[in-house]
Amino acid sequence: MIWDWGYTFEILPVLAKASIVTIEATLLGFVLAAVLGLVFAILRMSDNPYIGIPTAGIVEFIRSTPLLIQIFFIYFVFPEFGVTLNALTAGVIALGLHYGTYCSEVYRAGIEGVPRGQWEAATALNLSPYDTFKDIIIPQAIPPVVPALGNYLVALFKETPLLSAIAVLELMQTAKILGSQTFRYTEPITLVGLFFLVMSLVSAAAIRALERHLDRRYAR
Amino acid sequence: MQLRPIVFTAIVCFAAGLWVASFAGFREFLPGLLNGTVVTVQITLGGAALAVVAALVAAMGKMYGVGPLRWIAVAYIETFRGTSALVQLFWLFFVLPHFGVSLDPVPVAILALGLNVGAYGAEVVRGAVNAVPRGQWEATVALNMSRVLALRRIILPQAFVAMIPPWGNLFIELMKATSLVALISVSDLTFRARQMNDITFRTIEIFTIVLVIYLAISIIITVAMRTLERYAARGQGRGRRA
Repeated sequence: MIWDWGYTFEILPVLAKASIVTIEATLLGFVLAAVLGLVFAILRMSDNPYIGIPTAGIVEFIRSTPLLIQIFFIYFVFPEFGVTLNALTAGVIALGLHYGTYCSEVYRAGIEGVPRGQWEAATALNLSPYDTFKDIIIPQAIPPVVPALGNYLVALFKETPLLSAIAVLELMQTAKILGSQTFRYTEPITLVGLFFLVMSLVSAAAIRALERHLDRRYAR
Repeated sequence: MQLRPIVFTAIVCFAAGLWVASFAGFREFLPGLLNGTVVTVQITLGGAALAVVAALVAAMGKMYGVGPLRWIAVAYIETFRGTSALVQLFWLFFVLPHFGVSLDPVPVAILALGLNVGAYGAEVVRGAVNAVPRGQWEATVALNMSRVLALRRIILPQAFVAMIPPWGNLFIELMKATSLVALISVSDLTFRARQMNDITFRTIEIFTIVLVIYLAISIIITVAMRTLERYAARGQGRGRRA
């Protein structure tokens, strides 16, 4: 018998508990990514080449190197500089940083989509750069890109199993431990796969609904 | 990637290389890392080849397949896009043997990553084929071409040009995803990095070099795809130059 239902129901509560850690890491990571992304986007658009180009370089560097190495880097290298982080924190920072660079491109598209007249009006009204961004540009730039950000939320969610590499007790790590205890990998790993599949399909549907809602509201 | 950040990062890489070369004893770990790089490149190339084939087949299945063929293509695309690459890798590595299919880690790695990226690629192919103007299809009908001939001679060559930039991004994603294969004990660059770190404890140097090597591969992919794009766009009446 390849599939054992008794065993399946036995491990289901354990996996359900572990999924909470996965969701925690996803949400914390995404909050970090959303904030960092905006910071990267604004710095990259800076007129000062000493800010704009290095920021662009850093963003491209983080985007072109694997997340797993970045997780290892933060977990293993930071302690050498005196910053010791626990596994979950290191993982969340790595996820947030990596996806922050993806989000920054999304924000940049949003900001560039704001009509030039809005910038000129802000100049005409003598608003400071800070007020221009806070009150004029950001409120118009972000709503249209929310679905794109949502896609990255799903992508980030699907990357959380990488945290198992630094022994965060999330879904994948728990499934691996269950597998190594009983030598039955079929059920735990298949259940983890199904969990991700269901969550992704549900969130994809949610993003489509959100997109329709935004389309109506902003009459695009 | 735009050009200026590439130049900037290349300069930073070069500086990092000089910095690394100034370490005494980097010869202890550098050969190991280079061996790992070779494995990483092999898996990237193998995965890329499989991904392109899988994407073309799945996209054709989804668009023109009949009944069950179409369902299989859709199920494949949704399953591989909807679950994590790591979960797929572990599934193929740990679960397939229970069904009597035992593969070595490297073929599993190529299979998992190729199929994963292929599922994303299928949507790229579909988008590019749909973007070919309708008139082109109508013209093939007017010329009494069969559907296969029309796809092969008229539609796909035009779609191909539009596909190249998104495929470049996918290949970089694939290259980044190859780091996961270290977790099923393939001795790629990431695996070697951890191994060398356990032996020499030169944590900062090793992980910095590894990041720079991955960056270098991704820059090579970007430049190669740019070149390919220029060649493919020739004679298509697109792009800046003929």
